[in-house]
Amino acid sequence: MSLVDENSVGVVTPQIAHFDQPLALACGRELAEYDLVYETYGQLNEHCSNAVLICHALSGHHHAAGYHTLEDKKPGWWDECIGPGKPIDTNRFFVVSLNNLGGCHGSTGPNSIDPETGKPWGPDFPSLRARDWVNSQVRLADLLGIDCWAAVVGGSLGGMQAMRWALMFPERIKHCVVIASAMKLSAQNIAFNEIARQAIVSDPDFDRGYYLNNDAVPAKGLGLARMVGHVTYLSDHAMATKFGRELRTGSFDVGTDDDVVFQVESYLRHQGSQFSEHFDANTYILMTRALDYFDLAREYNDDPVTAFKNAKCSFLVVSFSTDWRFSPERSREIVDALIASNQQVSYAEIEAKEGHDAFLMPIPRYLELFSAYMKRVGESL
Amino acid sequence: MRLDLTHIQRWITPGSRVLDLGCGDGEFLQLLQKERQVEGLGLEIDPDNITEAVARGLNIIEQDMDKSLANFPDQSYDTVVMAHALQVLHHPDRVLEEMLRIGRECVVTFPNFAHWLCRLQLGTLGKMPQSEFMPYRWYDTPNIHFCTVKDFESLCEEKGIQILGREMVGNNERKSALASTWPNLFASTAIYRISR
Repeated sequence: MSLVDENSVGVVTPQIAHFDQPLALACGRELAEYDLVYETYGQLNEHCSNAVLICHALSGHHHAAGYHTLEDKKPGWWDECIGPGKPIDTNRFFVVSLNNLGGCHGSTGPNSIDPETGKPWGPDFPSLRARDWVNSQVRLADLLGIDCWAAVVGGSLGGMQAMRWALMFPERIKHCVVIASAMKLSAQNIAFNEIARQAIVSDPDFDRGYYLNNDAVPAKGLGLARMVGHVTYLSDHAMATKFGRELRTGSFDVGTDDDVVFQVESYLRHQGSQFSEHFDANTYILMTRALDYFDLAREYNDDPVTAFKNAKCSFLVVSFSTDWRFSPERSREIVDALIASNQQVSYAEIEAKEGHDAFLMPIPRYLELFSAYMKRVGESL
Repeated sequence: MRLDLTHIQRWITPGSRVLDLGCGDGEFLQLLQKERQVEGLGLEIDPDNITEAVARGLNIIEQDMDKSLANFPDQSYDTVVMAHALQVLHHPDRVLEEMLRIGRECVVTFPNFAHWLCRLQLGTLGKMPQSEFMPYRWYDTPNIHFCTVKDFESLCEEKGIQILGREMVGNNERKSALASTWPNLFASTAIYRISR
C-alpha cells in the first residue's frame, strides 16, 4: 500500500480479548478459557448503538478492512464493503470483526495450546457449531459495552451465524444482513466439504491431526482441499473469462510433446499452496464441519417459519445469480420463511458473473443496495 | 401522485397489512405507511427500483409475480394492490386468482383499452393507440395483455370475483362524470376493488 486513500480505514491493529469463564459448547464439552482476536473500525457512539458485527466465512478471519502495515499489498478481505463512504460506513458505524473460535488467525483453535496437556489441541479441539460462535461473540459484545448490535452482517457461513444471532439473542440485534447464505447445506454442498476433508486426512503428513507435534503440516492435502473449494466458489463463466483454455506452458503444436499446463491448473495450484501456508488443516476440518452441521430450524421442529418467529430484527437477504454453492434458491427459502413468519425482510438477487465469490466483489448494484440498506440501519439508531 | 393511487389510498384501512405487487420505487407504499400506517411489503423486479425502495426504508422483495406468488400464505394480507401492471403480465388471470388467495381484498388498476382515444386511433387512423399511459410503440411495448373495462368485468363474472367498488378516471387523470357514466368509452384508467 503506497498511500492510505480516503475510503480506507487505514492501518489497523488487531486486539486480543481473553475470556476466563468456561464456555459450554453445543457438543457437550466446554472450553475453560479462550481468546478472541478482533479488529474494530470507526468509533462507538455515546449510546453504544452504532456497532456492527462482521461474521466471517469458512476461511475468513478478523482482518476485514484496512491494512496491518503500510507495506501490506492487499487490504482486509471485505475492504470493498467496510470503510468511510462504503456500504458499512465507518464514519457512521463502529465495526467489530473477529476471528471465530476454532480459527487459526489468533483466536483459540486447534493450533492453540491446550492448557491441560501443554501441547497443541490439534484434532482434540472440541467440535463447534454456529451457536458456539454466537455465544463466544456475546461475551465480546459485553466486553465492548455493546448491548445491541445495530446490525450483524455475514456472507456464506457468516450469514448462517448472523441468522443464528437473530434467533438466539433477538433483543441484541436490530438488523440481520444475510448474504449468499442458506438455512442448511445441501447434500451436494456437504459432498464438496467431505472431498476437501478427505484430501486433508489422506495427506501422509496429517498424522490423524497431530501433525504439529511432528513439526509438519499436511500442505498437499490442505492445498488440494482449497482447490476443490475454490472451484465451487467461482462460476463456469468466471473461470472461462479468467482462464479460458490458455496455456501456462507447453503447446499442442504437431511434433511437440512438452508438458502442457493450463493457466487454470497453474492458478489453482498456486491458490492451494498459498492457502496451505496460512491456514490450519484442523481448523479447515472444524469449519467445514460447522458448515455441514448448521441447520437453522433443526431445534424448531425443522420448521424455519417457527424458527424465525423468535427473531425481532429486520432482515436483508442478498443472493447472486451465478452462485451455485449457495444458490439464489437457498436465499429465497430464507426469504419465504421470513415472509411466512411475518418478519420484516427485503431481498435482492444480484445479477453477477462471479459465482459465490461475488459477495466479496465490488459489483455496483450490490454495493448500492447494501449501502442503501445500511444507511437506513444508520438512520434508525 | 397518480390519481389511481389517490383512490386506492382511500380504500386502505389504517394499520392494515398491504402487499404491493409491482411496487416500483415504493413511492406509493411509503405514502401508505405515512398516511395509513400500514405494514407494507412490495414486490418488484427492476434493480434500480429495488434499491430506491430499500433506501426509502421499505420492505421489498425481488420477485416476479408472473412466475409465482406461491410463497405467500393464504389470506395473509388485508389488501393486495396491483397498480398498472395487469397489462404487462403473461398470466394476468392466474395472478388475479393468486392475489385473491393472498389478500382479503384486492385493488387493481389498469389502462382502459376501449377509451375513445384508443378507439379513434385504431378506428380512424388504423394505428395502435399511443397515449400518456401507453407511450410505447407496438413492437417494443411491455404491455402484452391490454383489456377494457368490459373485458375485466366479464373475467370477474367468469371467475366469480366480487366487485366491491370501482372508480373511473378520465382524461388528464381527472375524475369525470363522463367516465363514471360511460366507463368503457371515457375512462382512461379503471380502478377496481375486488374480493372473493
